[in-house]
Amino acid sequence: MIAAHLPVLQIVVPLIAAPLCLLLRRGALAWGLALLASWAALAMSVLLLSQVLSDGPVSYALGDWAAPWGIEYRVDSINAFVLLIVSAVGAVILPYARRSVAHEIPAEQHSAFYTAFLLCLTGLLGVAITGDAFNLFVFLEISSLSSYVLIALGRDRRALTAAFQYLVMGTIGATFIVIGIGLLYMVTGTLNMADLAQRLPPLGQNRTVVVAFAFLTIGASLKLALFPLHYWLPNAYTYAPSAVTGFLAATATKVAVYILLRFFFTIFGPEFAIETLTLQHLLVPLAVIAILVCSTVAIFQDNIKRMLAYSSLAQIGYIVLGIGMASPTGLTAGIVHLFNHAMTKGGLFLALGCIFLRVGSVRLESMQGLGRTMPWTMFAFVLGGLSLIGVPLTVGFISKWYLVQAALEQDSWLLAALVLAGSLLAIIYVWRVVEVAYLRPPPAGAAAVREAPLSMLIPTWVLIGASIYFGVDTSLTVGVANKAAVMLLGGAP
Amino acid sequence: MTPAPAILLSLFVPLAGAVLISLSGRWPNVREGVTLVTATVLFLAVASLVPTVMAGGRPEATLIEMLPGLPIYFEVEPLGMLFALVASGLWIANSIYSIGYMRGNNEANQTRFYVCFALALASTMGIAFAGNMMTLFVFYEALTLTTYPLVTHKGTPEAMRAGRTYLGILLGTSIGLQLLAILWTWQIAGTLDFTAGGILSGKASGPIVGVLLLLYMYGIGKAALMPLHRWLPAAMVAPTPVSALLHAVAVVKAGVFTVMKVVVYIFGIDFLRDSGQNQWLMYIAAATLLIASLVALTKDNLKARLAYSTISQLAYVVLGAALATSWGVIGGSMQIAMHAMGKITLFFCAGAIYTATRKTEISDMAGLGRAMPFTFGAFLIGSLSIIGLPPLGGAWSKWYLMLGAAETGEILMIAILMLSSLLNVAYLLPVVARGFFLPAPQPASVGAAAAPARGGIEEAPLLCVVPLFLTAFGCLMLFFFADPLYRLLEPIALP
Repeated sequence: MIAAHLPVLQIVVPLIAAPLCLLLRRGALAWGLALLASWAALAMSVLLLSQVLSDGPVSYALGDWAAPWGIEYRVDSINAFVLLIVSAVGAVILPYARRSVAHEIPAEQHSAFYTAFLLCLTGLLGVAITGDAFNLFVFLEISSLSSYVLIALGRDRRALTAAFQYLVMGTIGATFIVIGIGLLYMVTGTLNMADLAQRLPPLGQNRTVVVAFAFLTIGASLKLALFPLHYWLPNAYTYAPSAVTGFLAATATKVAVYILLRFFFTIFGPEFAIETLTLQHLLVPLAVIAILVCSTVAIFQDNIKRMLAYSSLAQIGYIVLGIGMASPTGLTAGIVHLFNHAMTKGGLFLALGCIFLRVGSVRLESMQGLGRTMPWTMFAFVLGGLSLIGVPLTVGFISKWYLVQAALEQDSWLLAALVLAGSLLAIIYVWRVVEVAYLRPPPAGAAAVREAPLSMLIPTWVLIGASIYFGVDTSLTVGVANKAAVMLLGGAP
Repeated sequence: MTPAPAILLSLFVPLAGAVLISLSGRWPNVREGVTLVTATVLFLAVASLVPTVMAGGRPEATLIEMLPGLPIYFEVEPLGMLFALVASGLWIANSIYSIGYMRGNNEANQTRFYVCFALALASTMGIAFAGNMMTLFVFYEALTLTTYPLVTHKGTPEAMRAGRTYLGILLGTSIGLQLLAILWTWQIAGTLDFTAGGILSGKASGPIVGVLLLLYMYGIGKAALMPLHRWLPAAMVAPTPVSALLHAVAVVKAGVFTVMKVVVYIFGIDFLRDSGQNQWLMYIAAATLLIASLVALTKDNLKARLAYSTISQLAYVVLGAALATSWGVIGGSMQIAMHAMGKITLFFCAGAIYTATRKTEISDMAGLGRAMPFTFGAFLIGSLSIIGLPPLGGAWSKWYLMLGAAETGEILMIAILMLSSLLNVAYLLPVVARGFFLPAPQPASVGAAAAPARGGIEEAPLLCVVPLFLTAFGCLMLFFFADPLYRLLEPIALP
């Protein structure tokens, strides 16, 4: 009985919990409720994924209104996977958030923080689950608006400008997306994705359709921070509270990538996107530039949070590169990297949050000697860094393996070499931190630094542990990603 | 095909050892006891596989399916058997030596040192027993990362710089070139299993073979083929036991071992020879061999000289592989064992000299032989083995390499091998001669305790001297008991 309503509960539970958090007012109570809601969301997404894997796509008519009139929630292997990523990261970060938020945000704002957090979670889950194009926009706005709030809560005053910057760019992106959806509605008269997918191909290279495609591409690229539309991301990540950075880095851009995938492959179809409009000629070069330029910029950052933000941009480049190659292997690489990067980068940002809690800074020079004083945190950071480099037995290696394989399948030697060159740049920016933390003594006269509390260490290690575990046993991640890739390219779901 | 728990045991014993060592860090004697027990158990586990492999068996074990069609899979074949035996056996000697050296020099962070050492050995076992290229690559990278803390052990700016070179070259080449080569092989052959006769024959041809070989040979940075050899001299900043076991045996041998594996089981020697692409590799190996020897002549720092000597001796193995003949492969493989035994002796001696006298420069060592006769005697034996003179083990590997060169009719290679032996004489024996025959310099100010009594023996701590005595004896034994070695290696070269 309740299993039949899983798709809607996935959204409703965090959505209802959000205003309740505000009503509770007491920070600790709000946190408890948010924690329960996020764990419930995780449980539901796990159930949904297993249901999709065993029985195929799940369709749910909201309020029992049949599809063309009502809103349809449709879960297949790709968005079940995205749901899992988002809800898992949310469920891991909330236990962490308590100490971190208590340290970084004034007490009277705590219930507001958890409200915004849950709204953001709801929005991201909603974008992933819905089968209705306009509904997707609505959820996107929910997640975006709440994330502007979350970023602005950062202690540094620059968080305000960062949030404002993101607000402007994000709104432009969302507006582009809604214009694209509007144009599609104009020519097809439907907002349901499945209907859109049926009605668009007969229209062929209709100019309105092409314009809609352009608007959607640019809108989604803005949200996922594809080079050169990435301007908002480094500041937003740097100045947001630690828990927020961890959450957004692991989920927000991933959901934006999902939007791109959904529009390209399900709605417009691979023939239109790839063969007619040859989108790969746009995506692949931009992705490669993102990988090389952003990795290089990362090397020169002294604020490690900002360094990781640039590294994220490069990693987004890997994901988009996989998508741009538009082959089953390439798409598998892109989709599996959604998960892999979420685990790794989430874990890394959480480790930085631990450092911020104890040291009060995430600048490179303040990390001297931390290998000795915060051994568990730093070791988690090292493992996450190895995953960014792509060392075997980490998830980063799996992503690179498929990515390079996809490049070799298409005989693009250059791409293969460039992907690996990105890894070499990662060695440099990761090892700058390792050297300072392990080979420099703690600065003389500095206050003694203790290891981070367990409530923060455990979530950090859960994400880092996941980025090791799924680097060794890849049957789940690669299996689902492969299935999703085949489905998106028009094979059997 | 026999499943063998001993394989997994030899992976997990050093890992468990590492955990126990870190737990017992507070009690140095217990900690060193754990190291010694671990090393001994590991050696026994490895040795228990020998009879099966000698009888033609290929014990195997699968750990987990990492990617579809690419499991973490182990299969013991003669080459890996030899490498594992050498590494695990010498770890025992090295552990004894480490105790003497680390305590004698009051090194800091000894627990971390022993933990990393055990982890490095676990990685080495993984490389030795790897049944496919993927598994080998996984442990190859693990070896780089676990030895990094050993190289930067001292934590000085100099150690940090050396660590950068070390990691930059080893990680850079393996990810940038070797991984690409592995993926390409996977693309062409559809398998990465080590297979007798190779997996590329009939699937690749022409210049592709050459490019692939180039990617592999320079991707295996641990083989220290010039010009990617800089990491090895840089790594000498590490404490001497690290230089002795890791940078004369485990790490560098892992490099040339991988070269051998790739040539024998990925390309296949017949395929490689027929493709003609082994020619340039032969010349690069020969050039490395000569240039490194010449550079060694110019080094006054004993460890630096030994490092360049290692680069040169590693090139022998690569040369053996590049000859792509049965004798070449046997000679190259034997060189792995023979050079390991000889070079670890030399490093032990260098460390013993440092522990006893704090001297690192050869020019300062005049007359030291009379104070440290055992050390310098062992140094002489090790040197002669490296040079390749009977009755020492090194003679055999040089002999088979010569045979291999003769088999292919490469007169030039024979000449280079002979010239190189002469160069070995020129850079190794003066150390001994200076120690024994030159008079010790008189200290400028003669204080009461400044000059030791002439003729008095002042050796390093016993725990430093015993291991080097053992390994020097080992060099001798390898000459008389080379036959089992030959029979072990025969099947890979003469199928």
